[in-house]
Amino acid sequence: MEIFSNLADGFAIALSVQNLLLALLGCFLGTLMGALPGLGPANGVAILIPIAFTLGLGPIPSMILLTSVYYGAMYGGRISSILLNIPGDEPAMMTCLDGHPMALQGKAGEALALSGVASFTGDFFGTCGLVLLAPQLVKVALLFGPGEYFALFTMAFATLGGLTASNQAKSAFAAALGLGIAMIGSDSQTGSERFTFDHIHLYDGIDFLIAIVGLFAISEVLIFIEHHQGGAAAKSRSKIGRHRWPEFRVLKRSIGTIARSTTIGFLAGVLPGAGASLGSFLSYSVEKNLVDPEGKTFGKGDPRGLIAPEVGNNAAAAGALVPMLALGVPGSGTTAVLLAVLLQLNITPGPLLFSNNPDVVWSLIAALFIGNFMLLALNLPLVGLFTRVLLIPTRILMPVVAMISFVGIYGLTGSTFDVMMMVGFGFAGWGLRKLGFPLVPVILGILLGNEMEVNMRRALQISDGDWSIFVSSPLAIGIWVVAIIGFVLPIFFGKKVKKQMHADHSKIVVEEVDKGED
Amino acid sequence: MSDRIFGFFGLALAAFYFWATSIIPDSFMIDVVGPRAFPYIVGTVLAICSLYILLRPDAEPDWPNLTNFIEIIFATAVMFLYGWALSKIGFVIATIFATAYLSWRLGTKPLGSLITGVATSAGIYLVFHLILGLSLAKGPLGF
Repeated sequence: MEIFSNLADGFAIALSVQNLLLALLGCFLGTLMGALPGLGPANGVAILIPIAFTLGLGPIPSMILLTSVYYGAMYGGRISSILLNIPGDEPAMMTCLDGHPMALQGKAGEALALSGVASFTGDFFGTCGLVLLAPQLVKVALLFGPGEYFALFTMAFATLGGLTASNQAKSAFAAALGLGIAMIGSDSQTGSERFTFDHIHLYDGIDFLIAIVGLFAISEVLIFIEHHQGGAAAKSRSKIGRHRWPEFRVLKRSIGTIARSTTIGFLAGVLPGAGASLGSFLSYSVEKNLVDPEGKTFGKGDPRGLIAPEVGNNAAAAGALVPMLALGVPGSGTTAVLLAVLLQLNITPGPLLFSNNPDVVWSLIAALFIGNFMLLALNLPLVGLFTRVLLIPTRILMPVVAMISFVGIYGLTGSTFDVMMMVGFGFAGWGLRKLGFPLVPVILGILLGNEMEVNMRRALQISDGDWSIFVSSPLAIGIWVVAIIGFVLPIFFGKKVKKQMHADHSKIVVEEVDKGED
Repeated sequence: MSDRIFGFFGLALAAFYFWATSIIPDSFMIDVVGPRAFPYIVGTVLAICSLYILLRPDAEPDWPNLTNFIEIIFATAVMFLYGWALSKIGFVIATIFATAYLSWRLGTKPLGSLITGVATSAGIYLVFHLILGLSLAKGPLGF
């Protein structure tokens, strides 16, 4: 029952006026960012980090603000999926399948309300799972020595691409690139200057926030410029219809769907290499096979086909916080960005976080619960407001996003050199994206590089230079096995799974084009 | 073809990384593996992956045509200049021009993009500097 008293303490902190307002602001901004195509959760959080810091918010308020953005973006992603058949972010791709057909049938309002409730249940039970599972994982993690940690970091990189990784050589290259960048600056153990070439700006290393904002936000702006996508996402105000509340009857019929999808989504979030995209994909596929094996209603606007992926991706979003908080090893892009928040605050995530900074952890979790209720309130009656955001043309939106990124980085470091370096990262990010390199491993490499090296050297210090320490315990061997399987499996199955995901999505697009031509 | 070129670039990068690792000076503090072991591992991974990308390239990515590529270069250059100009002419003026350029290239009419620039600059200055107290770059005019 320690959990409940911890949670009560957390609520006591999270319920202060300032924190409540920040949670509300975060939920609102997050939903906005999720709804806008091109501004996913990782982007949204990345842009806001430097601003939260320059404003001088403490660790707890910053974390509350930024995780609310994270949860909010998971809600927001569904809006453009349903109304426009354009996923606001990648996990929302499966929401298009049944959500958009419902909108075409004039049931957009109902679809939005249903998926809002689905997001809420996914998040709520996912967060409950987080409360129960994270402390247990912490107990295991306390047994880890530096050797095990080194293996764990390797596993995080090996499985990061997940089952959908299309080219593992490119994922590994991206990770090595990030690790290589992390090495720049003075060595934490011996103080030797590494890769600085006597350049004074590099002595402290490259701030990971510069890399994150550059790689995510600036490269996104360049992508928009390349395609001249200056128009608004929605051409006219979408009709939502009168049904702004979900029908109880439909919800009751979907209880089984909700229960199954929560479990699948949460597990996909916790497990390395899965994440929210796979969580929603698996939830949808399982539901389709169970409820509608002949394919009569799914893909044509079945409410259950809408609920399943939406519950799944939100539960996965909560699940993904488990390894990030308990082990300090994120399994997805957005949780990597949240890890950056903790690192910037000088809080070391991992098992010790729960004993050293219990106030941070539990107030954060309490804030997630509170934020979830706020999001439900924001998303049911106020959903019309968010749909109007889709009318803002990107030719105005993207420059504003770029400028806010600049303001954040300049405010944080006060150095024009850093601003220029951020642009450099943006251009490099654009090139890497074009060539099919995933950017999340680069980010994770920059974030975890030093910690990974420190653990490797600590382990070798203990063993006096004997490399066999990395495979000296069953725990370590187990982690290596998972890492190897996680790296090799996608080479055989990755393209197939990815093709399946995109095939489902493009089928809808094609059908719609056909209809348009009739 | 792009992947093959990138593979060569990656190999060159790995070679450079190896060389830069080899010249890391030792310091008076010593641990068992020293400051060079981990970078060598990273360099090796870079080299192996580059070799694989070189030998087994993916399908050609969808490169922009020359005009669009020049667009990208110009946009990058403008943002780069923006970073440089911040300390010279101050936040407000630099932001007006940078926003106007980006907005113009994304399809806003010239006058509209200038208005977007002024509005963005003034809006950010108002919200982030005057209300939230963030320090923005000061130019000779004091803003």
